[in-house]
Amino acid sequence: MKRWTLHILIIVAFIITSCSNKSVEVYTSTPSPLNIPQLFQDKILNPVIPIDNPQTVEGIALGKKLFFDPILSADNSQACADCHAPENAFSDSDRFSDGIDGSLGNRNSMPLFNLAWNYDEKFFWDGNTFSLEHQAFVPVTDPTEMASNWTQVEEKLQQHSEYPNLFNQAFGTSAIDSTLVTKAIAQFERTLISSNSKFDKFLLGVATLTPEEQNGFNIFMDENKGDCFHCHGSENNPLWTDNIFHNNGLDNTFTDLGLGAVTGDPADNGKFKSPSLRNLAFTAPYMHDGRFATLEEVINHYSEGLKQSSTIDPLMKKVAQGGVQLSVQDKADLKTFLLSLSDYEFINNSAFNNQ
Amino acid sequence: MNKVASIFLFVFITLVSCHKDNDDNVSNVNISLHFTHNWDGIPVSNSDFNALKFTNENGEMLSIERLRYLISDITLTNSTGESLTIDAYNLVDVTNNGNLEFSPEVLIPTDAYTNISFTFGFTNEKNIDAAYQDLNSASWFVPAMLGGGYHYIQFDGKFLNSSNIEQGFNYHAIRAVDNPGANPTFPQDTFITVNLGAVTITSNIVFNIEMNIAEWFKTPNIWDLNVFNQSLMPNSTAQIMMFENGQNVFSLKSTK
Repeated sequence: MKRWTLHILIIVAFIITSCSNKSVEVYTSTPSPLNIPQLFQDKILNPVIPIDNPQTVEGIALGKKLFFDPILSADNSQACADCHAPENAFSDSDRFSDGIDGSLGNRNSMPLFNLAWNYDEKFFWDGNTFSLEHQAFVPVTDPTEMASNWTQVEEKLQQHSEYPNLFNQAFGTSAIDSTLVTKAIAQFERTLISSNSKFDKFLLGVATLTPEEQNGFNIFMDENKGDCFHCHGSENNPLWTDNIFHNNGLDNTFTDLGLGAVTGDPADNGKFKSPSLRNLAFTAPYMHDGRFATLEEVINHYSEGLKQSSTIDPLMKKVAQGGVQLSVQDKADLKTFLLSLSDYEFINNSAFNNQ
Repeated sequence: MNKVASIFLFVFITLVSCHKDNDDNVSNVNISLHFTHNWDGIPVSNSDFNALKFTNENGEMLSIERLRYLISDITLTNSTGESLTIDAYNLVDVTNNGNLEFSPEVLIPTDAYTNISFTFGFTNEKNIDAAYQDLNSASWFVPAMLGGGYHYIQFDGKFLNSSNIEQGFNYHAIRAVDNPGANPTFPQDTFITVNLGAVTITSNIVFNIEMNIAEWFKTPNIWDLNVFNQSLMPNSTAQIMMFENGQNVFSLKSTK
């Protein structure tokens, strides 16, 4: 063997033996991109996923556990799901939700679905919070809700038998803080996708509308009748909301300023976010303050009950006459159509329930 | 030696074949359209919204609460009559100061153009129902019973009506339509080709385009908001009047 060959062999042997079996442990959670429904894929822009909080299997599972766990509240008595119940499309059947001490808020709990498609990322009825992660911060410390504080919550989670390991699996650290808690909850909430109503299936060609539902849809889309589409979507915007803030003529004067209290602009007084019309079968009562117990009351409001005010939206029609003056039959058909937007598979999806 | 000579010959031919074409004076540049708004010369921005501070040609006091409009197909025509059309659109959102500047991702050859134009709205060929995800997401669509496609403008506000009561109006322009329903018919085109005139483009350039909002109510049809205020989308008479009044709404104010 030549000398240079020997040298090479020695160097290679040295390199090989210097490599130990010790590997640097870099933990990575399992990516779990959102399963975007066909209609959403076809019709609207992609969902908003923060670059610093990608969806992962472990993050979603952790978020779900936290969502249903009363540990986030001061006295361990109330979970997110208490006011955002799956059977109510993650809303509350009570007009106002009660906090851990029985105190009541002044707005109806918003349903939770398709939140990743809220492109402006303004959350709550008045849009006071930007991003889903920041939204999840709020109820934990709200004195009329969970009335806790984040130091206490972090400590409880840190001392828990399971959570440190679950956070490690989700985020690569067992040091729990509020940012990671809200990131996990937001990941779970983004999975709450509702896209399997009867009307969705009609659009996909696998269901047929009744004549009443079809007429109700026509009323919804007819600018001379319901004119609902300007704020509440259409077959081309399957969110069934514009996620924008409007004064829809509920009051002559305002006890709750809504968006106006957030922006400080009197022109925004009395404006609240258009809610999605999906899942109305499960989300009564209606409006930001839950004042209407039934869909009939809602439709009557737009037909005959509009109230004039300085900030009423110009899209509200025939305000001087109280509204769009629908016939009894048109009202009934409109209600039938609206109910066709309810997604029973969504509320029964085991992935979204506390199982 | 022959091999070396061949290489030198090849290099020499390559070098001498490089000469300066006249075409080399043409370069490609970026253009931008910047949209500003006025009411008969008085600048208007969203800070002027929500107050009855404007008076239209018919004498009605009015406010602006929401103003969005679509432009598409910027077209440059050169001296030989050739046209270069940029296949892109822009939804100007004055309410939220959105998209007031539009810079298409297309490079334009420098030239002395005899005209620059754009389409207000979409041409019928491009006004395809549900085709544009961003416009669907912005709730910019037109109901299928009215022919589908998209709005050209949404201009909402309130006016003092003849009873001195504030009333809403929705000046929404679309493709004019008759017989709403399963088989609508279209009496005439109502998208507008906005001609801005001759421009010479020598480097990157911004076109400052003004919309005189008052013109929507003025020429040739003096708009009576007491007659035409809401539910104008299915009203082909109103749509054709909007088309006529929209002919002189836009102008090229300056370039920079």
